[in-house]
Amino acid sequence: MRKYTSKTDVQAKSYYNDRFYVTPTLPRSKASDDEVYSKDIEALSAKFEISENYVENKELVIYIQPDKNVEVLTYLKEELEYDMCMELSAVDYIASRGGFEIFYEMLSMSKHRRMRVKTFIRQKQPLESIINVFKMASWSEREMYDMYGVKVVNHPNMKRILMPDDWYDYPLRKTYPLTGDEAASWYEVDKIFGKEARDIIGPEIRDCAAIDRYDTERFSRLGHEVPFGTDITDGKEPEHTPLAYQEEGGVRFIKKLNEEDSVTIKERR
Amino acid sequence: MAQHKVNYLADGGAPIALTTVDKLVNWGRSNSLWPLTYGLACCAIEMMATGASRYDFDRFGTIFRASPRQADVIVIAGTLTKKHAEFMRRLYDQMPDPKWVISMGSCANTGGMFNTYATVQGADRIVPVDIYLPGCAPRPETLQYALMMLQKKIRRESIFRANKKKRLV
Amino acid sequence: MQQQVNRLKPFFENIHFEREDNTMMVNFGPQHPSAHGQMRLMLELQGEEIVKATPGVGYLHRGMEKMGENMIYNEFLPTTDRMDYIASTSNNYGYALAVEQLLGIEAPRRAEVIRTMLLEINRLMSHLFWLATHALDVGAMSVFLYAFREREFAMDLMEDYCGARLTHSAVRIGGVPLDLPAGWCDDLEKFCGILMTEVEKYEGLLTENRIWRMRLENVGVIDTQMAKQWACSGIVLRASGVKWDLRREMPYGLYPELDFDVPIGETGCSYARYKLHMQEMRETVKILRQLIPMYNESESQLMAHAPEYISAPKEEIMTQNYSLMQHFVLVTQGMRPPKGEVYVATESPKGELAFMIVSDGSPYAYKMKLRAPSFWHTGLLEDLLPGHQLADVVTIIGNLNVVFGEIDR
Repeated sequence: MRKYTSKTDVQAKSYYNDRFYVTPTLPRSKASDDEVYSKDIEALSAKFEISENYVENKELVIYIQPDKNVEVLTYLKEELEYDMCMELSAVDYIASRGGFEIFYEMLSMSKHRRMRVKTFIRQKQPLESIINVFKMASWSEREMYDMYGVKVVNHPNMKRILMPDDWYDYPLRKTYPLTGDEAASWYEVDKIFGKEARDIIGPEIRDCAAIDRYDTERFSRLGHEVPFGTDITDGKEPEHTPLAYQEEGGVRFIKKLNEEDSVTIKERR
Repeated sequence: MAQHKVNYLADGGAPIALTTVDKLVNWGRSNSLWPLTYGLACCAIEMMATGASRYDFDRFGTIFRASPRQADVIVIAGTLTKKHAEFMRRLYDQMPDPKWVISMGSCANTGGMFNTYATVQGADRIVPVDIYLPGCAPRPETLQYALMMLQKKIRRESIFRANKKKRLV
Repeated sequence: MQQQVNRLKPFFENIHFEREDNTMMVNFGPQHPSAHGQMRLMLELQGEEIVKATPGVGYLHRGMEKMGENMIYNEFLPTTDRMDYIASTSNNYGYALAVEQLLGIEAPRRAEVIRTMLLEINRLMSHLFWLATHALDVGAMSVFLYAFREREFAMDLMEDYCGARLTHSAVRIGGVPLDLPAGWCDDLEKFCGILMTEVEKYEGLLTENRIWRMRLENVGVIDTQMAKQWACSGIVLRASGVKWDLRREMPYGLYPELDFDVPIGETGCSYARYKLHMQEMRETVKILRQLIPMYNESESQLMAHAPEYISAPKEEIMTQNYSLMQHFVLVTQGMRPPKGEVYVATESPKGELAFMIVSDGSPYAYKMKLRAPSFWHTGLLEDLLPGHQLADVVTIIGNLNVVFGEIDR
């Protein structure tokens, strides 16, 4: 029987875990410790439902309801002076929690503070676009859709941005392998030459340590390289490329070198 | 000779040794290789540095041309991604014969450090490559050496090279 | 010779033959004669004026974020080099700082000095490259050669330090791996002197040049509202009048102790961004000159002392058994940082470069989001370009200082 590999998370895993090691957690403090944040949290909790909030690495993190994202961000922008949204993306928790955790990274230049607004949506739950609040979302949400498959509604141009338009599957999901699936590995061959060329070109070589017959790392064949596809069976020595050094045939550039007239430069000009 | 219907332009069909003309034509071709400006990623910066003041590329007779129709050699400098592979092939097809390909840097040779879903594992899956340059990013001297190797390779070729069938890629 | 068989046919998707309003589609294809990398910009032109612009990116997407989820933290450091490949150490530093904040450690003093020196040299390299390629695009081709000559001196300095010209990976998580070679500080001092005179020469060539001013003034005006909406940062934001430089406003590393000014523009046009770049080069030289005595006064520790996460120095690994064992485990299995999330932003030459690391305690990050400033600077082209002439497109794209390694990651 082959070994069972979980298909819900095909990323690299550590092969050894110490039984008794307890992973520390980054320390979290309360928002009330910082005066700016305490005012912000008071104002926000009065208007919206904030399920959790804490300060981690000098940044306030709040959890809101997903259907209120536009309202919260509008409020942050207009009332609380968090007028720049620096980043927005998703974290894939499909296997463990059944959805994505979306975060918006806000920056307030006047107050010199950052805030992360987080929310949790199920895998196929639609998310309202914040493009009317922050225009940067037009590209960031496209990237989120492209990489994770997060359904964003009311976006004017929801197309793939980083991958080709006809790509299959969403690359940053945990179920997608690093080297790509079957469709990915033949994408360029199919597109340019057609499926028939798959045999001619051959599969991708994903093994970094692959060594083949014509590899010049093998010292016995160094200097005896042959063109691709040459038949080389034992006994027959085919016509090979002779090792050629630059100075063979005479050094071309210096015709007459007079030792006395040459000058040594001490440093680069 | 015409009554025997010898095709002078077919594979090795010419009955006379044409070495002098070969040498002359190859001298011309190798000493004025016009590269296509095809910088994709970090290696493009090194290619530009090769063309700049300290490592002058112009002394080899190369002039960087922007249009593939006017270029002889294409220096694939940088990572070739699957989204871009189609355009790479298109540009290669647009170049008139005789044409050569220098694959510069690890990413163009074999996909490099990016063993991921979106990278073509080597430009030689798409186009036939003549010279491979190792490095990440290769030094400008390496690119110069590669060009000199290419010049050597061109000088060894027969001028009817253009009619020999190449493999598909 | 016959065309080799493939499935690509010539297509005319870009030319609309039967439209009534006479707009022409021009495809600034993924292959550019100008030096920006792979951007596909589809422009709809009415005569020479642009009516609609759609930038298309993704032609250099290499899957770095996914690589971050599959590589241990130290292994991922050289990959960050290839993001903004013109100023590689700034990416490395941003990443190392993010991981250090995740681990809760601080690099020692000498390491900080060396890192800041490298950062500022990278800033110079980036601005010189920007000047060279922008001037080349606009038409001042000799500036390309002059600026590259200075850039070669900076690359010599980097090569003397870490051995690589372009993709340095010169810092490590917890400090720097190498001390400065003998005589490097003198070379740096000489370089600063050379650069100050050369910057005068570039300004003399370009600043009061009629053609340069006509091509750059009032072209690509980004007002404050648009800059804030599109999450601009760095020089693009400062040229629009917003006083925001992370080194001053939310300082990190040694910047609180250094004395430098941050130039702010008013008009938001390309000329303002040009002047800001030149002035920033001067400020950077000021910073470098302050750092040299700081280096001489610092103690010689180069890497932070945190045996759980960082290997011991080389001498100890070669002589002490436990250091060797720990180093082995850290290199093969990888260090296990605490669980948590950090978002750490630094001021790279292009803008606010940030790394968001979500860690679940395993040696591989759970999520590694790389926030690159050029992504939104390219996105804003779709709002900025309509109304400009076709010749201005090249100016604007060059002026915004975008690097495609960052955008596509």
